[in-house]
Amino acid sequence: MIKFILKGILRDRSRSLFPVLVVAIGVFLTVLFYSYMGGVMTSFLDTSAKFDTGHLKIMSRAYAENSDQMPNDLAYIGVERLMNELKKDFPGYVWTKRIRFGGLLDVPDDSGETRAQGPVAGLALDLFTPDSLEWKLLGIKDSIVQGNAPEKPGEILISDEFAKRLGISPGETVTLIGSTMYGSMAAANFTVAGTVHFGITALDRGAVVADVTDIQMALDMEDAAGEILGFFDNFVYREEEAGLAALKFNVKYEGEKDEFSPVMMSLHEQGGMIDMMGMINLYLPVLVIVFVIIMSIVLWNAGLIGSLRRYGEIGVRLAMGESKGHLYRSTIIESIFLGVIGTVIGTALALVIAFWLQEKGFNISQMMQSSTLLMNDVIRAKVTPMSFVIGFIPGLLSNVFGSSIAGIGIYKRKTAQLMKELEV
Amino acid sequence: MDNSYLIKTDELVKIFPMGKSKITALNHVNLQFKKAEFSGLVGPSGSGKTTLLNIVGSLDSPTEGSATVMGRKIEDLSHKQGAELRNRHIGFIFQTFNLLPVYTVFENVEFPLLLLGLSAQERKKKVMKALEWVQLADRVKSKPAQLSGGESQRVAIARAVVKEPKIILADEPTANLDAENSHNILRTLEKINRELETTFIFATHDEKVIRYLRRKITLIDGKVARDEVFENPVGKGEGQ
Ligand SMILES: Nc1ncnc2c1ncn2[C@@H]1O[C@H](COP(=O)(O)OP(=O)(O)OP(=O)(O)O)[C@@H](O)[C@H]1O
Ligand SMILES: [Mg+2]
Repeated sequence: MIKFILKGILRDRSRSLFPVLVVAIGVFLTVLFYSYMGGVMTSFLDTSAKFDTGHLKIMSRAYAENSDQMPNDLAYIGVERLMNELKKDFPGYVWTKRIRFGGLLDVPDDSGETRAQGPVAGLALDLFTPDSLEWKLLGIKDSIVQGNAPEKPGEILISDEFAKRLGISPGETVTLIGSTMYGSMAAANFTVAGTVHFGITALDRGAVVADVTDIQMALDMEDAAGEILGFFDNFVYREEEAGLAALKFNVKYEGEKDEFSPVMMSLHEQGGMIDMMGMINLYLPVLVIVFVIIMSIVLWNAGLIGSLRRYGEIGVRLAMGESKGHLYRSTIIESIFLGVIGTVIGTALALVIAFWLQEKGFNISQMMQSSTLLMNDVIRAKVTPMSFVIGFIPGLLSNVFGSSIAGIGIYKRKTAQLMKELEV
Repeated sequence: MDNSYLIKTDELVKIFPMGKSKITALNHVNLQFKKAEFSGLVGPSGSGKTTLLNIVGSLDSPTEGSATVMGRKIEDLSHKQGAELRNRHIGFIFQTFNLLPVYTVFENVEFPLLLLGLSAQERKKKVMKALEWVQLADRVKSKPAQLSGGESQRVAIARAVVKEPKIILADEPTANLDAENSHNILRTLEKINRELETTFIFATHDEKVIRYLRRKITLIDGKVARDEVFENPVGKGEGQ
């Protein structure tokens, strides 16, 4: 009987085409959206980890509470000792210290008067230790637009956009005006070695990248740093392990309990990550349900038209002794087949595009103008095993659902009536 | 009740509601049909022929009275039991052939056997035998669209006889056919009737059909007006 149904589907293209098409389109959109969201998520997590949260981040308790204000007066003191302990206690990770700072960048003219001035968001990281992982982590060399990478203390990078706005070119000297760890004013001169463009709108607006030792000196932060970031040594984030590491660390340092004692947070424990992931995990099912409903309605109507066209067939099959239940079940089986065919087509097409997006990326910097998210401007899809199967939910549900409602007509109509229509 | 009757109606009444009024399609019909009868319902249009066939075929149910087919009361059958009765014991032939267009001749004839759950081997044997009855064994792979009207009706006959039912109900089977095809088909049906002892009930206006009948029941306004038996139907042996 299944073979009989299959033959019918394959031969009567006009009957099969529309449902397959509708399913394919819906599945296509679902799978593409899913892969796209996966890409957005991955890219977002990846960028956040590199530029902000690390896989693990250690701050002083007080700093952690106000971390979005970059409160360097609350920075952790005793960084070198702590980093040595970390190396011993957490062998699977690499550690790096960073200072985030705010301030004014002042560009003097030949006579020393201010030529241009602008607020900056600074990121101080280890540039000059020979095996520093920051170069690779942030892809600094690849991001340089003009000039060179800093080679010796006193050299910094500024974002290309910012440099253009203030009319700074590589080789010029600029003054960073900020406040020391102890609240007094600090001013230090730096040479602009080059300009960078990270492709992250939130950073490229006004970033200064400086060496952490330089900044420690400039801001009076000897052996202090706002943050120590930790990364899995293969740079692949594993949520559970990171959570456990943070727990282990926090248990160890719990005894200290003053506001300058260190705390460790994993990537997903920081700054709204949980909300963000929760939101995405919420949107996806909602989207799938919306697709199921829309497609079901369309397919229901298609099913109604289809069964109108097939009154003759339905009448004959009933006359031949097929029961309505059997007939109904065979329409459902038919819809399952059509659903599977449509899903496979839709998924295949979506995966082609998703793979392309994964490899090539899609630049959305235009849309990110006012964004404060640390998100890469180039969006890439991510194809996961789930991408291959998620389409079956809307694909099968909608077609089976649609033809189930359409098929109720078979039950409602009197057999004799179906026969009557047959005779016209 | 006499069990030698395959079909028996008792004071059978069928009323169709038509808006506010009602149409009495069958008005206290009492008929019996025995094994191997070759009978027909004749009468003017609207006299209730199709209605009676539909009730006997368990496609419709009586308003009043009773119809007993193969020992089962139609009015008491559930939809499923009705389907079961049709599937095992009743074959239908329609005016408009009603072949399933996407399936081949073979598959159309095979369909009732699929419902009966026979094995592929048995199905093939029976389908070929039925197609030989109607001389279409060489057209197994054809689609209905490739067949002439006469050939289509012969496929429909093969489909009706393939499960060797006790009863075949044929509603205007020749209305869409020319004289030659009509005779051809009637001879085939008569042969099936003789060899398989199938009970035939036709509903027809067609004089060609009527001449083959061994029993002619005339319905007028839903009532049996005449019930005549012919030992030697005129049509027999005609057109050979
Ligand atoms: N489903 C129905 N609803 C309402 N009236 C019906 C229905 N089926 C049949 N009738 C009426 O019942 C009467 C008998 O119809 P039936 O189809 O049995 O006639 P018939 O003898 O087969 O006619 P014909 O020779 O034209 O086929 C007619 O008046 C018809 O209009
Ligand atoms: Mg009729």
